[in-house]
Amino acid sequence: MPIPFRFAAALACAALLLPLGCGRASKTAITLAGSTSVEPFAELLAEHYMAQHPGIKISVQGGGSSAGVRAVTSRICAIGMSSRELNPEEKALVEIPIAHDAIALIVNARNPVRRLTMAQARDVFTGRVRNWQELGGPNRRITAITREEGSGTRASFDERVMVAGMPKDKDGKTNPAAFAPDVLVQNSNGSVREIVASDPAAIGYISSGLIDERVAAVAIGGVTPTEATIRSGRYPVVRDFLFLSCGEPTGTAKAFIEYVLSDSGQKALAEEGLTRVK
Amino acid sequence: MIIKPLAWQRIVWVALAAMTLLTLVVLFFIIGFIASKGARVITPEFLFGMPARMGKEGGILPTIIATIYITLLAIIIATPIGVGSAVYLTEYTRESAITRIVRFGADALAGVPSIIFGLFGFILFVIRLRMGWSLAAGGLTLAFMILPTIIRTSEEAIRAVPHNLREVSYSLGGAKSQTIMRVVLPNALPGILTGVILGMGRSVAETAATIFTAGSSLLIPKSLFDPARTMAVHFYILAREGLSMERAYGTAFLLIVAILLINVVAYSLMFRLTRKMR
Amino acid sequence: MREKLIEKGLLLVAFSAVATIFLIAFFIFREGVPLVAKVGVWDFIASTRWAPSKGQFGILPMIVGSLEVTILAVVFGAVLGLSCAMFLAEFAPRWSVRILKPMIELLAGIPSVVYGFIGVVVLVPWIRTTFGGPGFSVLASSIILGIMILPTVIAISLDAFHAVPPLYKEGSLALGATRWQTLYRVQLPAARSGIIAALILGMGRAVGETMAVIMVAGNALTMPTSLLQPVRTLTSNIALEMGYASGDHQAALFATGMVLFVIIAVLNTIALVVTRPRT
Repeated sequence: MPIPFRFAAALACAALLLPLGCGRASKTAITLAGSTSVEPFAELLAEHYMAQHPGIKISVQGGGSSAGVRAVTSRICAIGMSSRELNPEEKALVEIPIAHDAIALIVNARNPVRRLTMAQARDVFTGRVRNWQELGGPNRRITAITREEGSGTRASFDERVMVAGMPKDKDGKTNPAAFAPDVLVQNSNGSVREIVASDPAAIGYISSGLIDERVAAVAIGGVTPTEATIRSGRYPVVRDFLFLSCGEPTGTAKAFIEYVLSDSGQKALAEEGLTRVK
Repeated sequence: MIIKPLAWQRIVWVALAAMTLLTLVVLFFIIGFIASKGARVITPEFLFGMPARMGKEGGILPTIIATIYITLLAIIIATPIGVGSAVYLTEYTRESAITRIVRFGADALAGVPSIIFGLFGFILFVIRLRMGWSLAAGGLTLAFMILPTIIRTSEEAIRAVPHNLREVSYSLGGAKSQTIMRVVLPNALPGILTGVILGMGRSVAETAATIFTAGSSLLIPKSLFDPARTMAVHFYILAREGLSMERAYGTAFLLIVAILLINVVAYSLMFRLTRKMR
Repeated sequence: MREKLIEKGLLLVAFSAVATIFLIAFFIFREGVPLVAKVGVWDFIASTRWAPSKGQFGILPMIVGSLEVTILAVVFGAVLGLSCAMFLAEFAPRWSVRILKPMIELLAGIPSVVYGFIGVVVLVPWIRTTFGGPGFSVLASSIILGIMILPTVIAISLDAFHAVPPLYKEGSLALGATRWQTLYRVQLPAARSGIIAALILGMGRAVGETMAVIMVAGNALTMPTSLLQPVRTLTSNIALEMGYASGDHQAALFATGMVLFVIIAVLNTIALVVTRPRT
């Protein structure tokens, strides 16, 4: 056994014995950080990848898209995750779309309302429609839940749903309608789902991959989010999940990204309800 | 109608007793509720297993390890600083502008909300000092957070050491530093430990400050600069994202048991101290 | 020589707490002040519109929300906590106090996320079905915060009652007053500064609490006019939006932290003045 290798092995053993020893992430350990929407899926991919490649360590970290952009720009993490489009000043980063994600409008499974027009969906969140009766449901006040300002999910919802029927301004741009001030605000897909699951009067929007049996997707303009409608572009509210890298990815980061874009990585994402990009 | 003083007292007695009962019922309901749902989740696999599928399945070992590391780190950093400050306040100065400033600092620091510590730790340690989300950043942030507790309790403990002990040491020719190390600190030890243990309890329970600084990675941290998820953060994520209610209750139960144990040790130390003084 | 060095070293260490406070203030203010300067102090704290993506940064609803929730929580904590402290101090048998006081103090250590969780699974659905509305509300937040500060309020005010010289009580009883009259007219006023300190401490905890409030408040941007409406506090604004904020938006969240910092500083100063022994 060559001496340097033995030395390295001894060091590795010492590192294991002294878990609090110093040392920045090595080549075999990378961190992903960013969007909480992408986080659960990245976590899953990392689990799969680490099972296939013992010795590699991939930590996945939430924090939000902007925290991810900030972290990857300052090279605190190898890969950033974003569920929103990058601002012009962030465009220096390399963007790698890993999946399409449909944003589904969800209601409690006990709620009979299963279809809304685009305008109705908008009015629920602007506060113009406040009772389920106006939408063909029971006589019950509507509890609408949105995501926090800055969230990628909310930005996509703004661009696709809240702009519906809004007049163009003088620059020819359509500004999204404002959410009613008393709309509840939560900062993750999961917590929106939990509220909708426990309150029969609630409506919210989440990544379609996270829908479970306690909540039901509502068709928007007659289209429900399915693999076919998402891929064909008929379902209106779709955004991309992005991996971000500062310069072309190298080493473990590159290998991991290759895995994510490979057939088995994409299949794993599809099984969790996302739509493949490849 | 005039109510006689004694009758009035009886009415008040009943009212106060009812309030007291209500308070106790509410407080013990919380513990009972968590215990009734969480105790049965605690199995060896839960305690010593690795989490799978973001914590939906498997155990919570990495979060237990992360909690222990981060708490120890906070204690190791904060104790010398806190005890040093207390020694200076009690042994080296009389009441003066300096003591007032130091005490004001400790009081002000004690009042700073944990979210502010989180913001501060994020900007300073995670971003500016480039530690990333890590045990180091989390431990440092928590150290600042528990510093005032340690200063205040150590100060009281040192003040309680009888003066004649010091005089004996001086009369035998002991230098000031020797007197402090050999006489004052050993006698104040139980009190100092109480403060340290209370600080430990606060570190274990903290969420807002740790989630911004230590991060939320589910891997076992192997170095000071690895990100980590503490039990409190894990519980918050499990509960909010609705990943697994069962595991959320289990984690909460473990958290409460840990904190109660820590506090019981602290109070029994305090009790022994006060009994010795009498 | 060595002794001098040790003394200088300790002096340095002793200033670490003060240094930390200034460091924290420095970092928070450095991120926040430019934005407030840009938006204008008045527009920042007195405008009701918060839409960072459209350049609107008004945090009035959150200031009002924080104060409303905190005051209600303190009222709640004061009524229950003081009653409990008075009962334990004067009417309950000694042995029970010796058991109950440490137990109540232990409860202060329960993580706030656990309180928030109980709020979500028990309190919010109960408010929703009993009173209507979304359940996530001013009421839910202030009850949870009120319960959270109970152990602190009880423990400190109990200490304050115990610290009243027994002579006061004996004198009053000897003059023929009942125990309640003595408690109300003599011991309560004598313990006043301790009790106020307990309430202010509880208030500080309530204003600063974040995770529990995020879970039960609903975080809507409305000016809360009813107890059943959702509300957003200053702390939850920061924690809620920090993850996705960038640029001015992030600066505005630090500026929110600044306002919180100032509110806490004012509370602490009041506490210091009130609890300072009168000379």
